[in-house]
Amino acid sequence: MTLYVLKRLLQAIPVFFGTTFLIYFMVFSMPGDPVLALFGDRTPNPAVLEAVREQYNLDQPFIVQYFLYIKDFFTGDLGVTFSGQSVNEIFARAFPTTLMLVTIAVVAEFILSVGFGLLSGLRKGKFADHASLLLALVLNSIPPFVALFVAQYFIGIKLGWAPVTVGANVTWGALMLPGITIALTIYVVGMRLMRGSVIEAREGDYVRTAYAKGLTSKRVIPVHVARNSLIPVITNTAASFGALIAGTTVTEGIFNIPGIGKVLYDAIGLSEVSTIVSFVTILTVMYIIVNILVDLLYAVLDPRIRYV
Amino acid sequence: MSDRHPDHYVAPVDETQPGAVDQVKLSARKSNMWLDAWRDLRKRPLFYVALVLALLVTVVALFPSWFTPLDPNAPGACLLADSNGAPVDGHPLGFTRQGCDVYSRIIYGASTSLTVGLLVVAITGAIGIPMGAIAGFYGGWVDSFLSRVGDIFFSIPYFLAAVVVMSVMSEYRNPLVISFAIGGFAWASLARIVRAEVLRNKNLEYVMASEAIGRSRGSTLLKHVLPNSMGPVIVTLTLSLGAAITAEATLSLLGIGLNGYMSWGNEIAQAQQTLRTNPSALFWPSLALTLTVLAFTFLGELIRDALDPKARARR
Repeated sequence: MTLYVLKRLLQAIPVFFGTTFLIYFMVFSMPGDPVLALFGDRTPNPAVLEAVREQYNLDQPFIVQYFLYIKDFFTGDLGVTFSGQSVNEIFARAFPTTLMLVTIAVVAEFILSVGFGLLSGLRKGKFADHASLLLALVLNSIPPFVALFVAQYFIGIKLGWAPVTVGANVTWGALMLPGITIALTIYVVGMRLMRGSVIEAREGDYVRTAYAKGLTSKRVIPVHVARNSLIPVITNTAASFGALIAGTTVTEGIFNIPGIGKVLYDAIGLSEVSTIVSFVTILTVMYIIVNILVDLLYAVLDPRIRYV
Repeated sequence: MSDRHPDHYVAPVDETQPGAVDQVKLSARKSNMWLDAWRDLRKRPLFYVALVLALLVTVVALFPSWFTPLDPNAPGACLLADSNGAPVDGHPLGFTRQGCDVYSRIIYGASTSLTVGLLVVAITGAIGIPMGAIAGFYGGWVDSFLSRVGDIFFSIPYFLAAVVVMSVMSEYRNPLVISFAIGGFAWASLARIVRAEVLRNKNLEYVMASEAIGRSRGSTLLKHVLPNSMGPVIVTLTLSLGAAITAEATLSLLGIGLNGYMSWGNEIAQAQQTLRTNPSALFWPSLALTLTVLAFTFLGELIRDALDPKARARR
């Protein structure tokens, strides 16, 4: 197991350098002057231009720039935004909100996956199975922002059951609507995994044994079938945790939730390239870390995974 | 028979001549993976719904003028007097905040969405298929190298990568650039799928047979292994068409999508400001977008189901 953990961590090192290098390379190899782009439509003072170039080490060769940037990243200095705020500070302020939103989405996704997956698997081939699969697929095809607008309009504005936007007052209740809406658009994957493993488990010898020794389905379904079908759903939920953290930009923009995604959303609106790059890098690194943890979780949960 | 074999059943070999076993009924229906899939698809009503929707969107994209007499690109197409107007005769879906006709803008926006979707699919396939096929077929250090490159692209969520590219390329916001921004990172998951399929196929007997009759490695890959690995590729590409259309609309919603092109994403982005006062200007392009994505997603899902004999049996 220790060997597996080490191996997985070692694998992540080239991926970390590769991704950060790629993002960095993309920005600095594109046509156009990144420093001029910082200023948008305004024409900056040449002295300011020089100062900014020096601040971002742009007077150094490309590869030196990259390693200076990595050095800063490892020493915990994530840089400053265009308006001069420390990225560390913004991150520390915004991250808990994103974490709350993503937690709601992930918990809702898990409940939906397990509930509908169990229903579908137990009623395999029947109406309930087809109907719930179809519903999940249709929900999954709706572009997330469309689902968010629909939820915001009907539940927020028309029915008034939830706040239309969240704003500065972040509470679990206010984040329910966007969180659950996002969960509704993604639960199809987890539901299918649950359905598949429920169908497989019901044909398993240990389930037949459980029935044979006289247990009723009231006990067999939750204890023997459902519990043994949860592993793929748990790892899928954990994986979507990473994807959701990386993908909250639109959700937080539409519902005005002051998290990481909103920082990125605002930076995109103001074309602040350096802020965009900082936060895309942070989100990508978090995505990589969560994916490593998911692999480790999978190995812990399923002893059949060989640690090679 | 029971007196000859009292203990267990033995097949009556004497009665079945070896020749009878070898005889193949030539009149039997031909069958292969694609024919089986097609026979299954033909029986599913949802397939027709999705196919008709997808074809309809394609026709609308190719010939928008067949569907509306109005040209939203013409000067004076939008009258501020009509701002946020309700539907009237000739304008069935009402007006936007700028007084533009919603219906004709949706019709003319279809080609942009579809163009970007198809370009992304082409780029994804053009990079993902060779990367995965070469890695899987040749193995060794080639596989290690290409797979690590793929891992790097796979580890950057493709939407975030597209955000970076589009915000840097602020002066070049056209369909080709946005397609490269999305497809340039979305290929990695396709490459993984192709690699797995090629790995599964490359040790089968037909590959050995192809090499035994003197075909080169490269030719075997192109003529035998790759065509037999195409099932999951077609499924993934169909699904990615829907995902690409969504990605384009999302980038446009954020204001870093297409500049100066009529697209559903741009329409939705503009209508977002009047969500409270004029929700229908937001609703109709969203519906068009959703139905299009739905059509391609369902086509992909149904083809996946039809190609998989296990899934067919599970129904």
